[in-house]
Amino acid sequence: MSNTNTDIHTAQKPVSADEMLHSAARSRTFITGSEAVAEAVKRANVDMAIAYPITPQSESMHLTGDLYAQGYIGDYYRAENEFAVMAAIHGASLGGGRVFTATSGPGTLRAMEMFPVWAGSRQPIVCAFMCRGVALPPSIQPETIEMAFLLDTGMIMFHAENAQDYFDFILAGYAIAEQPEVHLPVGVFADGFFVTHTREVVMLPPDDIKLNVYDPTFAPIPPFDMEHVPMRMVRDPLLNKSNFVSYAASASWHQEVLAAAERARKHINHYMGGLIEVENPDADVMIIASGTAVSQSREAIRAMKDEGINDVGLIKVKSVRPFPEKEIEQATAKASLIIVPEFNVGGWLSREVKASIDNNKRVAPGPRVFGGASMPSEIIIGEIKKYRQ
Amino acid sequence: MNRNNLDIRMAGLGGQGVVTAAHILGTAVVATGKYAVVNPFFGAEKRLAPTESYVRISSEKIYDRGEILYPNIIMVFAPQVITQGKSHTIPFWTGLKKDGLIIVNSADPIIPERDKKALDELNVKIVYVPATKLAIEFTGTDLATNMTMLGALCGVERQLVDLESVMVAVEERFSGKSKIIASGTSAALDEAVRKKFEKASEMVEKNREAINRAFEYAKGC
Repeated sequence: MSNTNTDIHTAQKPVSADEMLHSAARSRTFITGSEAVAEAVKRANVDMAIAYPITPQSESMHLTGDLYAQGYIGDYYRAENEFAVMAAIHGASLGGGRVFTATSGPGTLRAMEMFPVWAGSRQPIVCAFMCRGVALPPSIQPETIEMAFLLDTGMIMFHAENAQDYFDFILAGYAIAEQPEVHLPVGVFADGFFVTHTREVVMLPPDDIKLNVYDPTFAPIPPFDMEHVPMRMVRDPLLNKSNFVSYAASASWHQEVLAAAERARKHINHYMGGLIEVENPDADVMIIASGTAVSQSREAIRAMKDEGINDVGLIKVKSVRPFPEKEIEQATAKASLIIVPEFNVGGWLSREVKASIDNNKRVAPGPRVFGGASMPSEIIIGEIKKYRQ
Repeated sequence: MNRNNLDIRMAGLGGQGVVTAAHILGTAVVATGKYAVVNPFFGAEKRLAPTESYVRISSEKIYDRGEILYPNIIMVFAPQVITQGKSHTIPFWTGLKKDGLIIVNSADPIIPERDKKALDELNVKIVYVPATKLAIEFTGTDLATNMTMLGALCGVERQLVDLESVMVAVEERFSGKSKIIASGTSAALDEAVRKKFEKASEMVEKNREAINRAFEYAKGC
């Protein structure tokens, strides 16, 4: 596919991801998370975007549709439902295009079958997830439970703290997803409403530049080619016969998908400044969080400093897949108490943390907010004080 | 907290421009070099249903987000917030901090005696401004109530943000210079407002006038 929609798009100067993310001068804007997503798509040299509306995602794909109308995207349409979106976007990616879509909560669950398919066929699809409650019971409010369901799909997963991260992680997502040695789908997650509908300062590079065109000839699977290794090897025995060769073929490709995610680590370090960010690494109490729970933790730390409590540190988890086991193990080496605030009932992040460190009795189970409420810093502070006694 | 922060809750009815008012105030504050974070009450939007938006203002970077539970200022865009319980919290002033401020869109006092007593104990200042009346008088439409409420806020809280920054933010929002879409419905509403005024520049001019009048009205309060 090529971008020949209109003159606007072709007038943008193609640049490397390094220039886009690291060296282009930025200017200050006051925009919502949904608008930040559209600003990223505008600069991502996207061949095709496919939309299906769901709160709180709808605005971002509406704005993406506007970008198509303005000539920034090669092709765009609204599909029948989320499964149709994710299946069609897979086809567009197999066809060699750079693609974008987004969904939320129940939409994510409805499209679920396609996410391991994306990873299994090694397509560098970038999808924005604007996390919200599912029917657990029903909620349209911010919640991160859908991330728990996606942990083992083979997809790379980043969790944005705010609109700035959302902009940066989507563009970095393309750069990382398209590395020949990675070539995996990237899900860029943000907490619905807290990020999508919140207006804040976001620093943006100019919009007359865009990422270099995606070159599918570097893909580990040739575009549209189902007849040669590795796809032939994976597809035919598996689907047509059950035998030990097919088991081995499928298992080895599974391992390759996981290995590809491992190989993404150095690129995450390069484009996103690491899988985690640490503040006050020698602290006795460590808060580990992702998404907007990081922001609420920052407020809690500021309030505790005002009270004279200075031994509380923070680990911001940016990459959930691959998971930063070693980094977290190292950053919690001196902590006697670890608090994991989360916007979901299941506590998937605390499970991940517990599985990564020694002496995991140090991990306090919460605080967890679900059902739609915000997470005032007071409840994080309360949790720390409770467990410290 | 030492960040000289001010948290504002704007409560009104869907369609009154509560979200737009927060957007404009946030834009104006950021333009002066301070920090602002703005968000609406999250969820489905309906005309005439309780609607809230929130503006956090600070001299330092703001991380906190979500609904403001403990505001310093509450702006009541519609009397029904108080008289009919069209509010996300009952009473409508739930969470208001000590020494806070309430600005009510009404010419006459409408806060019930029981609430008034509790607010006096919190040392809350209450200001009544006939914002809809002023909006109709100077723009010809009640859709500019959010403008007069902003003008009133600037009149009462003089150090919050200068009036000219608010005017520039209004112009940015309605002149088409920014392509902001708050939501499908509010885009449609903007269009309806625009049609009413025919030309955006005329609308901005009338809004300026309404904001100024409300500012003058509230200045002495």
